[in-house]
Amino acid sequence: MVSRLLPHPLLSLTLVLVWLGLVNTVTLGNLILGSIFGLIVPLLTSPYWPDRPRIRRPVKVIEYILVVLWDIVVANVQVALIILFKRNAAITSRWITVPLQLTSAEAITVLAGTITMTPGTVSASLSADAGAILVHCLHTDDPDAVRDQIKARYERRLMEIFE
Amino acid sequence: MSLIAEITISFFLVVAGIFGLVGSFGLIKLHDSMQRLHAPTKATTLGVGGVLIASMLYFLLVKETLSFHELLITLFLFLTAPITANFVAKTYITRNVRPQDLPETDRRYGWAPYDDPPPQETAVPEEKTKH
Repeated sequence: MVSRLLPHPLLSLTLVLVWLGLVNTVTLGNLILGSIFGLIVPLLTSPYWPDRPRIRRPVKVIEYILVVLWDIVVANVQVALIILFKRNAAITSRWITVPLQLTSAEAITVLAGTITMTPGTVSASLSADAGAILVHCLHTDDPDAVRDQIKARYERRLMEIFE
Repeated sequence: MSLIAEITISFFLVVAGIFGLVGSFGLIKLHDSMQRLHAPTKATTLGVGGVLIASMLYFLLVKETLSFHELLITLFLFLTAPITANFVAKTYITRNVRPQDLPETDRRYGWAPYDDPPPQETAVPEEKTKH
């Protein structure tokens, strides 16, 4: 019954929070209107969301966000230095194959987004069976180190969160 | 407005401006599309992030109200920026890159732009096919 009415509790919660953020003031009326959206939108869109993503360790999500934010700041400075002080001929861009242990679609999406948002790497494509991800790296002398860092810092944490 | 608040807000604005400038400079300087793709992903993270932090601080310290819009902008940017970058990268691969230029997948299947996915083994659940 509950799963009929609320097929995606997390999505509903997100919608309520986003609505409150959009109107920028928390009042009872806004909360009720937001809750109505939180109920209706997941029901209307549930055919497009056949599976519910399972988050096993919610606390780890916070740790993951903090790690990614810190990496974004550090990597931004590194890439800015590369752009400003390296001659174009000295920039060696590489394609890197990162084999994936993650299997759930949501986890792979988060990983691909993370790789793109941390400057210096862009995720470009998946293998046809979703078992490996193709990453373009702006400048690296050691492609294996980049691959190991992605696997150790991000994929390992996502494994703990999702699987 | 207190001096400390002014300095903090200005600091974040200046940092954001510098990173935005470097990102735009990268767009001009780098020489192929895949490299240029790295520049805007940077401008959206620290460049926009700095402006948003400055804006939140301004409303908190000067106007003394709490503003959530900045958090939402961050959320929407983090949702949309990787997808845009992925579309650009996919288009670039399909138009300009030959399969032999890319590294091996080390799997039985090649990269998605060139190779078909494996046949679906999992049938559609019965409940879904009823109606």
